[in-house]
Amino acid sequence: MITKEEVEHVGWLARIEIHESEAQAYAEKLNAVLDYFSQLDEVDTENVAPTYHVADIVNVFREDVVRPSMPQEEVLANTGKKQEGNFLAPRIM
Amino acid sequence: MVYENVDGVKIGLEIHVQLNKLNTKLFCGCSTDYHNDEPNTHVCPVCLGLPGALPVLNKRAVEFAMKVGLALNCDIVGQTQFHRKNYYYPDLPKGFQTTQYDFPIASHGKVIIDGEDGERIVRITRAHMEEDPGKLMHIGSIEKSKGTLINYNRSGMALIEIVSEPDMRSPKEARRFLDKLRSILEYLDVFNGDLEGAMRVDANISVMGGERVEVKNISSHKGVEKAALYEIMRQKNFVRRGGKVVLETRHFDEQRGVTLSMRSKEEEHDYRYFPEPDLVPMRVADRVPEVIKTLPELPDAKRERFTSQYGMADMHAKALTSEIKVANFYEQVANLVDPRSAAVWVADILKGELNYRDVSVDAFKVEDIVEIIELVTGNKITERSGVEIIRTILDNGGTPAAIVKEKGLIKVEEDIVTKAVTEVLEENPEALQDYLGGKEKSLNFLVGQVMKKTAGRSDAKTTREMLLDRISKLPPK
Repeated sequence: MITKEEVEHVGWLARIEIHESEAQAYAEKLNAVLDYFSQLDEVDTENVAPTYHVADIVNVFREDVVRPSMPQEEVLANTGKKQEGNFLAPRIM
Repeated sequence: MVYENVDGVKIGLEIHVQLNKLNTKLFCGCSTDYHNDEPNTHVCPVCLGLPGALPVLNKRAVEFAMKVGLALNCDIVGQTQFHRKNYYYPDLPKGFQTTQYDFPIASHGKVIIDGEDGERIVRITRAHMEEDPGKLMHIGSIEKSKGTLINYNRSGMALIEIVSEPDMRSPKEARRFLDKLRSILEYLDVFNGDLEGAMRVDANISVMGGERVEVKNISSHKGVEKAALYEIMRQKNFVRRGGKVVLETRHFDEQRGVTLSMRSKEEEHDYRYFPEPDLVPMRVADRVPEVIKTLPELPDAKRERFTSQYGMADMHAKALTSEIKVANFYEQVANLVDPRSAAVWVADILKGELNYRDVSVDAFKVEDIVEIIELVTGNKITERSGVEIIRTILDNGGTPAAIVKEKGLIKVEEDIVTKAVTEVLEENPEALQDYLGGKEKSLNFLVGQVMKKTAGRSDAKTTREMLLDRISKLPPK
C-alpha cells in the first residue's frame, strides 16, 4: 500500500510540488497500478535468472573516436536563462 | 616499531577517478579535451540528456576499467550491466546517473602501501564504472549566491569509482594510499592526475568503534589528510564531552580546514536503482587474458627490478619508481652513465629540486643531467657546482657547459688552492697551533677558510689533503 506520505516523499525526490489535496488521489491511482502488477507475483520464478535486458544481445560498443559536439548556441537554445555560456539555475546549495 | 593506533582510527576511501586519457566520454563521442575550452562546447544530445538520445558504451573505457581492476589485484566480473541511479539535481540533466550497481566490473582487490609500521594491505571492496556529472559554479559566495552556473563539458566523462575497506589507521596512511593509487593509475596510462578534477575523494572516518562519518568531495591528497586529521579530532572531542557520533555526511571546507555537517534527506533506497534499458549487458570475462597481456610493469615490480638491476638502495628505487615519468627519465640516464651515480643524482638531488619548485621531470633534459654527472664524476666540477647547475637550469634555463663557463665552476687550478692554503695558515696561527696541539676540529676550520677563499669551488676532500700535506712539511718551531 502506498500512503499519502510516500506520494509526497516521491514528489519531493522528483522536485515536484504535490498539494495535499492531490496526494490522496495519486496514492489511490498508484495503488491501483500496483494491484494490477501484483498479478505477476503469482508466477513461479524460482529457477528463472533475473532479466536485465529484454533484447538477448550483449557487448554493444563504440570505438573511442571523437565526433563533433553541438555548437554552444544550440546547446543553450532551450534554456530560459544563461550566463557566459553556462546554464543559469536558481541558487543551489 | 609498532603503531598502536590509540584512538582506534579507521579510514576507508571512495575515490572517483576520471579516465581522462580516453579520447571520448563514456557514452558519446564528445571529446574529453575540454579543460581549456568554453563552457558547454563539449556536449551533445547524449550527455545533455535530450529526449530520445541513446548512449553507446566506449569500448576502450571498458578496457581501461579492466586494467585498473587487474592492477588493483581485483577479480573481474563475468557479466555486468549499467543501472540508473535516480536523483534530481542539475549536475546531471537526465535526472539519473548511469552507474554500476550489483555487479561492479572489479571487486575483492588489494593495494600494498607503506603504513605507519611497515607494509600495510588495504583491501579494495570494489571498482565500478560510471559517468561524471557536470560542474556547478556558484555565483559569489555559497551563502549569498544569487544563482548557479552549469557547465556540462564534464558531464558523461568516464569515471571509475574505487571503494576501499576501512583499512587505513591514520590520515598519513590514507594519503599514502592515494599516492600509491595515483602512481598505479599513471603507470597504466589511463589517467592524468594533473588535470583539474581528475580525482575526487570521499573519506569514511571513525574513531574508537563509533559510527563512521562520510566527508564528501575532497579534491586533493593533502586535503584528505587534513580533513581526516580534523575529523578525528572533532569526533574525539565530541565523545570526550559525552556525545555519540552518528552516521552523517559532512563537507570539507578546504580553505578553513574544517568539516561541516551537510543535511541530506536522500537515502540509498531513494535512488531507486534499476537496470539501464538503453544499454545492453556486457560480458567481459573472456577478455581478461588479453588485457593482462597489456598491463605494464607496475610500481612495486619496477622498484624491485631497480634495486637488483642497477644495484641501488631500496630508498632510491622507491623514490625513482613512484612516478612513471621519473622512472623512465632515470632509465634513460642510467643507460648513459654509471647507474648508481645516476640514482643518487636523480633521486636525491634532481627530484628534490623539482619538488621544491613543484615542476615535473619534463622540465629537465636527460642529456643535461648526464653532462652534469659526467662533469662531477670526472672531477671537473664539485658536487656543489653540480647542484648549482641544476638550480640554474630550472630557474633561468641554459646548458651545463654554458653555466660552467659563465660561473667559472671548473675546479680552480691547484696553484690557486695552494696559494689559499699558504695564506690561511699565515692568517690563522692560533688555529694551526690548536690543531698541532691535538684539537682535530681546528682543521675543519682551516679547511673552511680555504674553501671560502676559493669561493667554494675547491672540494673539501682535496683541500683537507693539501692542508695536511703542507702542515706535515712545516718547519718545527
